[in-house]
Amino acid sequence: MEDMMYELLFFLEVLFSGLLTGTLYSLVALGFVLIFKASGVFNFAQGAMMLFAALSLVGFQEMLGVHWTIAFVLTVALMVVVAWCIEKFVLGKLVNQEGIILFMATIGITFFLDGFGQTIWGSDIKTLDIGLPTGSIDLGGIFVDRLELVAGLTAAALVVSLAIFFNKTKIGRALRAVADDHQAAMSVGISLRTIWIIVWSVAGVVGLVAGIMWGSKLGVQFSLTLLALKALPVLMLGGFTSIPGAIIGGLIIGAGEKLAEIYIGPFVGGAIENWFAYMLAMAFLLVRPQGLFGEKIIERV
Amino acid sequence: MFYREAGQFKSSYKEDQAIFPILQDRVGIAAILLFAYIAIPFVMSDYLIGAIMTPFLILALAAIGLNILTGYAGQISLGTGAFMAVGAFSAYKFATFSIMLGGAEATLPLVVTILLAGVVTAIVGIMFGIPSLRIKGFYLAVATLAAQFFIEWLLVKVGWFTNYSPSGVITAPPLVILGFEFNTPAEKYLFTLTFVAAMALLAKNLVRSHIGRGWMAIRDMDIAAEIIGFRPLQTKLSAFAVSSFFCGVAGALWAFVHLGTVEPEAFGINRSFAILFMVIIGGMGSILGSFIGAAFITLLPIFLNNVPPLIGWNIGVDMIAHLEFMIFGVLIIFFLIVEPHGLARLWTIGKEKLRSWPFPY
Repeated sequence: MEDMMYELLFFLEVLFSGLLTGTLYSLVALGFVLIFKASGVFNFAQGAMMLFAALSLVGFQEMLGVHWTIAFVLTVALMVVVAWCIEKFVLGKLVNQEGIILFMATIGITFFLDGFGQTIWGSDIKTLDIGLPTGSIDLGGIFVDRLELVAGLTAAALVVSLAIFFNKTKIGRALRAVADDHQAAMSVGISLRTIWIIVWSVAGVVGLVAGIMWGSKLGVQFSLTLLALKALPVLMLGGFTSIPGAIIGGLIIGAGEKLAEIYIGPFVGGAIENWFAYMLAMAFLLVRPQGLFGEKIIERV
Repeated sequence: MFYREAGQFKSSYKEDQAIFPILQDRVGIAAILLFAYIAIPFVMSDYLIGAIMTPFLILALAAIGLNILTGYAGQISLGTGAFMAVGAFSAYKFATFSIMLGGAEATLPLVVTILLAGVVTAIVGIMFGIPSLRIKGFYLAVATLAAQFFIEWLLVKVGWFTNYSPSGVITAPPLVILGFEFNTPAEKYLFTLTFVAAMALLAKNLVRSHIGRGWMAIRDMDIAAEIIGFRPLQTKLSAFAVSSFFCGVAGALWAFVHLGTVEPEAFGINRSFAILFMVIIGGMGSILGSFIGAAFITLLPIFLNNVPPLIGWNIGVDMIAHLEFMIFGVLIIFFLIVEPHGLARLWTIGKEKLRSWPFPY
């Protein structure tokens, strides 16, 4: 009985930690979804934007010696500039190209941002400290990492505010119009350029938040961009066009891979975290090709 | 003027369907092959041949493989590196299995070993291609990532693949064909060149056959292709099989001819991306484009590494690495904006220009 109780608590602890890691994946996936929804661009650069934003935040803090809130504001401004540049120099020139071309262009952006960020801010591993709590707390026998809890709450807050932004504001409605049909949106007077800049800026800010969370957890370093790849199975699971999908997909992937690592890993040699998420997503897609919340794919001849 | 087919009459279907129906093309291909076989081994230094030409050819072969899948059949794959790894490691297993059984040395002929490795990779490719029947577009790209990470993990974790080598590194056997050993970089280069030339020819012929037209029909619109009578199952899986076969042979060559010793990490996700870049920059749906793309991606980093010191600009090594990233990114975007259909397209345009030059009216 005692044993079973302990087992259960352990299981819950693993599950909880997995769910919270999952919200961190969701934060990255959220940026992808925003851009995919509004422009149909599969934005590979989300991970690079996250790294760039986190590097800039730390850079501003160190260089100017200011409080992190000021650095945050500066970084947000920088991300808006980045969004403007991307629209001006890349996407604006590639209007009406196929999805794969735009996807490649975002890979180009990825390379550029990775190189640029490290050129101006240096490539050492930096510690990001904005006073987020560390250590773990005891929730009725389950130990929970405080930072992950904060990340989870932040993700929740972000999703709620994005939902309000999308559904209640004028810009939000314009964004959804563009997402549905570029031409129809343009014909009722919505400026595609402005919308794209806004969406990329918002994705940049989401990237910044994700960067802060991951940076506080692991330090700001180049390998953060690899984490962004983990957002891909999250997206597949949740569907490319669904914000709740990004969140729930993240939770499933996070919990799934942690549980698999603990309970299946030892039997097959461990380190299955590297591929489990992809396999899970692939198996899932075989049942539902458009993901959990994705729009049904309708094919016309 | 230089590229005019006027006056070249074809009087049989056979002539009309020839792989290079125009005289200039035949002369051009012959000249390139002659140059590659005779001039390069004599003119270039061993270092350049070993460090640039051989890897370029092998990567071009992998790019042809991916181009068949992505450019011709329209299935995006980010698992090329893993398929190359399968090729490399199964070639190693075939080469050493007689030693395992107690024999003295590798008894299977080298060429057979490499081709068998390709066949094994094709089978693995088919297995990972099965989801493509349900999953499309970017969703499929992510599914192929599953192949990439899973295979990499498997090769590291399961000792059988490396014959229980403690470091996880495999060492290729000497390259011997009919008693002749390929030792110097130039000899290895010629070995690779023969393989790549033969397989490029095979690819060129495949894509203009019934099978290749099926791939293109599936790429352009799979439902329409199904309606006009191409079976999606056979067509998609054959694309996966052929593509993986090419990637597997490329992987085996990479391990046996280029590197000699290999660990699974040599075929990581970055390799997959690099080959995807080659295909897209070179031109999707073009065999020539695979070569141009491979040349571009292989040569650019070397160029970027050597230019700053040459012009007397002394910057740190890590700075160069970062600048390389930036320039690489900018060039990718630049080429996409200037010519979204790849560098091979520039050659097509060039041919048009040459045809009418100097009187374009």
